[in-house]
Amino acid sequence: MTTPIKTAVELSACREKLQAERDPQRKVISICAGTGCRASGAIKLGDALRGALTEKGLDQQVQIRPTGCQGFCECGPLVVMHPDQTLYQKVKAEDATEIVEQGLGEGQVIDRLLYQDAEGKSYRKESEVPFYRHQKHLLLANNSKIDPTLIDDYLAVGGYGALAQVLAEMQPEQVCATIKAAGLRGRGGGGFPAGVKWETCRAAPSADGVRYIICNADEGDPGAFMDSALMEGNPHSVIEGMIIGAFAIAHPGQPIGYVYIRNEYPLAVERLRIAIDQARERGLLGKNILGSGMDFDIQINKGGGAFVCGESTALMASIEGFVGEPRAKHIHTVEAGLYDKPTNLNNVETWANVPLIINRGVEWYTDIGTGDVSDNPWGGSKGTKIFALVGKVNNTGLVEVPMGTSLRQIIYDIGGGINGGKKFKAVQTGGPSGGCLPESLLDLKVDFDQLTEAGSMMGSGGMIVMDESTCMVDVARYFIKFLAEESCGKCVTCREGLRQLSAIIDRICAGKGQEGDIELLEELSTVVMDGSLCALGQTAPNPLLSTLRYFREEYEEHIRDKKCRAAVCQGLITYSIVAENCNGCMICAKKCPEKAITGIKKEVHVLEQAKCIRCGICLDVCKFDAVLVE
Amino acid sequence: MAVQDEQKVSFQIEGRSYQGIREESLLGALRRYGYEVPSLCYHEAVSPYGACRLCLVEVQKGKRRKLTTSCNYPVLEGIEVFLDTEKVVSTRKMVLQLLLAQAPEARSVRELAEEYGVTDTPFKKDEGNACISCGLCARVCKEIVGADAIGFAGRGLGKRMVSPYDETNQACIGCAACVVVCPTDCIGLKEENGIRSIERWHRDLPMKNCKVCERPFAPTFQLNHFADQIGVEKSHFDTCPNCR
Ligand SMILES: Cc1cc2nc3c(=O)[nH]c(=O)nc-3n(C[C@H](O)[C@H](O)[C@H](O)COP(=O)(O)O)c2cc1C
Ligand code: SF4
Ligand code: SF4
Ligand code: SF4
Ligand code: SF4
Ligand code: FES
Ligand code: FES
Repeated sequence: MTTPIKTAVELSACREKLQAERDPQRKVISICAGTGCRASGAIKLGDALRGALTEKGLDQQVQIRPTGCQGFCECGPLVVMHPDQTLYQKVKAEDATEIVEQGLGEGQVIDRLLYQDAEGKSYRKESEVPFYRHQKHLLLANNSKIDPTLIDDYLAVGGYGALAQVLAEMQPEQVCATIKAAGLRGRGGGGFPAGVKWETCRAAPSADGVRYIICNADEGDPGAFMDSALMEGNPHSVIEGMIIGAFAIAHPGQPIGYVYIRNEYPLAVERLRIAIDQARERGLLGKNILGSGMDFDIQINKGGGAFVCGESTALMASIEGFVGEPRAKHIHTVEAGLYDKPTNLNNVETWANVPLIINRGVEWYTDIGTGDVSDNPWGGSKGTKIFALVGKVNNTGLVEVPMGTSLRQIIYDIGGGINGGKKFKAVQTGGPSGGCLPESLLDLKVDFDQLTEAGSMMGSGGMIVMDESTCMVDVARYFIKFLAEESCGKCVTCREGLRQLSAIIDRICAGKGQEGDIELLEELSTVVMDGSLCALGQTAPNPLLSTLRYFREEYEEHIRDKKCRAAVCQGLITYSIVAENCNGCMICAKKCPEKAITGIKKEVHVLEQAKCIRCGICLDVCKFDAVLVE
Repeated sequence: MAVQDEQKVSFQIEGRSYQGIREESLLGALRRYGYEVPSLCYHEAVSPYGACRLCLVEVQKGKRRKLTTSCNYPVLEGIEVFLDTEKVVSTRKMVLQLLLAQAPEARSVRELAEEYGVTDTPFKKDEGNACISCGLCARVCKEIVGADAIGFAGRGLGKRMVSPYDETNQACIGCAACVVVCPTDCIGLKEENGIRSIERWHRDLPMKNCKVCERPFAPTFQLNHFADQIGVEKSHFDTCPNCR
């Protein structure tokens, strides 16, 4: 059925019809077909399950539903059996027959495919697994319920209902005010109140009424996949948010929509393209949407992949076909942005929050999160935030929690604590220009303002957990280097400033740090922040400054004692053989690329420091703990 | 061009009131009123770029006061501009130290640094380099000459001013406007045996000899380009400007 939906009434009728057709007791096997699970074999698994169902003649009764990311990518491919909601993890194509033969009956469970925690306890339902139990899925909630390539699935769970309500019952100004009252703040980095941005863009003069409505799906932070998961798993929620935004910001003028998405996201691009096409077929994009008189369509613009292209002015330059370099924003983009027209840019996750706020109301939304936004949209952080939890935790993946959840809850309750029984050292939040927070701040409630106050930031929601084997100077070195390479290179302060910060940290890591280096780093950081044009330069020293603030002693040790306590910095470590443990197995001597280790079988080996290049191979290969690094 | 009244705005510099043109470059206005502000990447004939970060000032707009470059700051109603504040001076000094490290060969940088009492840099020097990636050459080539023959390649640490793919570009007419405008004299121009060479852009162009004095005066390619542009016979440029 692809007849266009012309009014809000028709939309409700369509939804009711879809819901009536769907039997809630119908058996559905949903397979996560997100990027992570695909990489671990979800496509093959899907084929195998289909094959097994056909073989048993069950392919008509049981539906297979490929979905977007469920968040727990580490345990993928994931399979959820509906309506029981039994969750199977790390499912292989070889398990397909067993699932079809022994998993479909009333109360049947295949124990060996259930999730087990570190203590060996099994959990049957998704909602019971600790990783999910402590989360609050609002934006990700529908990811397991819908096939992102089918608009009917989204309509059946109430999709586009918020849009219908807005178009039928609200004035554009009222929608702006609602988003402002909800305290929705931008999820792409800055945390700017979306409602305020919308109002300003609406008020900005535009001679021909054109206003650009853009979705920032550049997601350049290495390791981040919040936005791609939303676009892959529930693209219509983003589109619905944008149409509501178009109405609020530009109606009765001429809104024009863009999604700026990185080319390295082929799956997200495809899902978005399908979703936009289907929305168009149904009349939810295009002319006179739901009889409102508003015309609005969305174009996909594929970005070149540079981190800096995610910055608002660089992004707009890139859409216009110029080099993605930021420009001065003394005239704001809401007034003169893309093609010098008033332009409203929001992040993917920001847009996805919009239908939620309309559907459930400001009161419900402001109950979630921190602070008080009743008379100031900056007064708190409301709603949930999705984080990409990675690093040295037991459960890595996508995590959606209410604003104000503590770092401890995220890392320990959801993340299952540090893996390998090691000790927690720091958590890096906010992407490359975020900061590193120490153990003493584990109880910090994660929201925009508290993270900033602590010297880090929300960023787009990257969260990297580090254990005692991480050197904090090395961490700063890594991020500063990344930013130096990703700077557009326009400002001397950013390009040369980061080059020199990088050189000084390199020198410290190589054991050549000097007295005064820390002070020079601090002084130069201030100049980089104050003297640079865009937020990349203005925030770039964060990883350095936050590690200096919380782990200063590590810098001092590197410089004064020529010691790296985590034994990471190659210029500062030595390898040696512990005579008591060495039984002369000869493996280290054989594997050492520099022939720095000598010895005869069954006798203690000797390591010649002058030849050693500190590659660490001997440490890795020794089975008797006889190689010591310090 | 007469400035219409509605384009005029009043603003303050160091507590004194001025009338400026709405959205003109603040640096341009400052210089017109006789204030001295250093710069290396600004030229009033082309659009500002904001690369060298030397033209820093502090601007108060409403409640917010911030450090900003003045070349790409638009003159707006009611702004208050402060020149050599402590913050401006200390930041500028370190910018100069960064430039000294990037382009130790550039005389203009060394001289400017000295003016601000900066004689050495604590940073690692890129010996032998003089280009400060200010982008003036490319802006002049594009906006004034209309050739758009050179541009930046790469970003971040790898950003360099080059001809496309660092190869000969037929779009370069050899006019040498880039050479003249380069603040650090790092492009280099050679005229030998009737050939003008700009090695940095890999461009060698035969020069035309003046019909009168018989001296080579400009690349034939450039003169033909100009003749086409303004729609005159190519013979129009047979004599050099001195003999014309
Ligand atoms: C260097 C840099 C990279 C950025 N990358 C992104 C990005 O990948 N995605 C994004 O949504 N915002 C990114 N931003 C933030 C955007 O400039 C902008 O603030 C944001 O898209 C606005 O939307 P929001 O208010 O909904 O967050 C980046 C900013 C900077 C300075
Ligand atoms: S701060 Fe850095 S990334 Fe931003 S415009 Fe300047 S050089 Fe480019
Ligand atoms: S660290 Fe590498 S080079 Fe040094 S002794 Fe061990 S294996 Fe050889
Ligand atoms: S010499 Fe070539 S590169 Fe230089 S300004 Fe003239 S045309 Fe452009
Ligand atoms: S060559 Fe000269 S004008 Fe061109 S970017 Fe380098 S310093 Fe600037
Ligand atoms: S891709 Fe399957 S859980 Fe993330
Ligand atoms: S003159 Fe303004 S930044 Fe160079």
